[in-house]
Amino acid sequence: MTLADHLTILPIAIPALAAPACVLVMRRRRRLGMAISALSCLLMLAAALALLARAMDGTITAYALGDWPAPFGIVLVADRLAAIMLVLTATLGLIALAHAIITRADRKGWHFHALFQFQLMGLNGAFLTGDLFNLFVFFEVLLIASYGLMLHGQGPARLKAGVQYVVANLVGSALFLIALGLLYALTGTLNMADMGARVAAIAPADQGLLRIAALLLVSVFALKAALAPLHLWLVRTYAVATPAVAALFAIMTKVGVYALIRVVPQVFGESAGAAAFVPAPWLWPAALVSAVIGFAGVFVARALAEQAAFAVIGSTGTLLIAVSGWQVASLGAGLFYLVHSTLAAAALFLVADVAARRRGAFADSAAPGPAFADRAGVGLAFLLAGIGVAGLPPLSGFLGKLMILKAAAAQPQWGWAWGVILGTTLIAVIGFARVGSAVFWKTAPEAEGPPAPASRADLITPALALALLGALAAGAGWASALAEDAARQVLDPAASARAVLGRGAP
Amino acid sequence: MTYEFLVASAIGVLVAGGIYLALRARTFQVVLGLTLISHAVNLFLFASGRLVLARPPILAKGVNHYTDPLPQALVLTAIVITFGMTALVVILALRSFLETGSDHVDGAIVPCDGQDGMAESAGEGEAP
Repeated sequence: MTLADHLTILPIAIPALAAPACVLVMRRRRRLGMAISALSCLLMLAAALALLARAMDGTITAYALGDWPAPFGIVLVADRLAAIMLVLTATLGLIALAHAIITRADRKGWHFHALFQFQLMGLNGAFLTGDLFNLFVFFEVLLIASYGLMLHGQGPARLKAGVQYVVANLVGSALFLIALGLLYALTGTLNMADMGARVAAIAPADQGLLRIAALLLVSVFALKAALAPLHLWLVRTYAVATPAVAALFAIMTKVGVYALIRVVPQVFGESAGAAAFVPAPWLWPAALVSAVIGFAGVFVARALAEQAAFAVIGSTGTLLIAVSGWQVASLGAGLFYLVHSTLAAAALFLVADVAARRRGAFADSAAPGPAFADRAGVGLAFLLAGIGVAGLPPLSGFLGKLMILKAAAAQPQWGWAWGVILGTTLIAVIGFARVGSAVFWKTAPEAEGPPAPASRADLITPALALALLGALAAGAGWASALAEDAARQVLDPAASARAVLGRGAP
Repeated sequence: MTYEFLVASAIGVLVAGGIYLALRARTFQVVLGLTLISHAVNLFLFASGRLVLARPPILAKGVNHYTDPLPQALVLTAIVITFGMTALVVILALRSFLETGSDHVDGAIVPCDGQDGMAESAGEGEAP
């Protein structure tokens, strides 16, 4: 076996090696630990790009861990969708890490870098795995790391929100296990491709149990994706987390969406007989409601970070409006919007932090404060991030929303989707304009501004995220074609089953 | 009464108690509730391999009926994870109580008073 054969496991192996190395060297040589962490992110990006290059022509690579053949062993599956998500994770990880190092947020605790690497390992593993129980394990890895990262920096507000976050996710994990137990009892397998083949043969008497298992599984993914009415944990958690961490968390809700996109067509797809697309009727209204709640939250938020957290909910809702169509066109548009909305939400969290660092006691509250340093530059970054999240031209959110609208027009209830997406865009624009004018234009007369920060280096990372949004808009033709190819591959579970199981799927 | 009925009702009772406790306002009850739920989940996962008595889990000559070893491996993983998570949430609840002076889950700042027994026991501890 050459290195190329093992490429699939590198996105999991690199952070798994880097994290303990960080723990070991951090106490004595802080800079070395930071270098290891940054190098690991760069290597992950390289590995993810190599995987994307390999998956580009539609190859589905199955990697049997320990060389145990599927469905008996655990497999990792790298297809277009997984490769896109890996590249997105590595890019976002690099930006968030750079922001943490530049703003010295990583120095508030000893184990920031180790937890950060474990978080990336959990994310990468969740995107790669082809086994349902393994998905649970990687979910736990990323959640446990996220508990540590969320509490990084500590303080009463974080601890209070942390308890709620941990409790909500523990209940979610328990439900996940119950769903897995039901599915295993019904099908006798945990491999997703194998399960998809066996679900069709389930006896009519067991269809009720299968539906319960499917809906439980979807509820768990909806909890991770912060889909209404399971979104209540998100806002407080994301708003109080260290901003660099919150920027990375922008992809955590997308893991839930990814799991939905992966599991529903493969296990409960068209071949599932009576249980085909069981969750579909529930996802659609929930997605509409989350889009409304999220962007209404953007409208009423009292702080920049809170606004960004609500924007995450709203963009996940918009994304799931597209996904719940389960057609190639709508899913492709959704995947394009997924990449965009993750980067846009991260940019918004970073801009909120940059502004908060310059406003002294006013922090990121949406009230007129002192005239702070670099006001024009930070204001411009906020304007662009707001444009990105709301989905206005010229950034890629506009194209993403346009494609979602176009794909939704082919569906029977397109009026609801159009009304909600266009209405929420308007609400978001007004919300961003209100907060932006209060923070960047108005000045409280008696407010005393803090001294100007020593360097403007912290503006680099939001600028980088915004530049990526611009690049995504410039390369939208290529990116949307790739997203559509990925969607076509995901909606063809038979091809994936052939690659994983090495035989023709029934 | 069959073995299945016993296990099923045990899971049901544990889940019911767990949900009741998890919906309480104070962190310690919530932690206990989560522990009960995770016990129920472990039992449930174990039962998903079917309940059979005195069957070997390992391939052997002359044996036709086996018990399924996979759910037992899954339960082991689940136990390890929930054990770690329970430890974390206990520490987290304690830190949260010490920093905010309130053990309410929903973030309402309700200082503990003598009614809870908190104030007295703290006073007694310091007295000598």
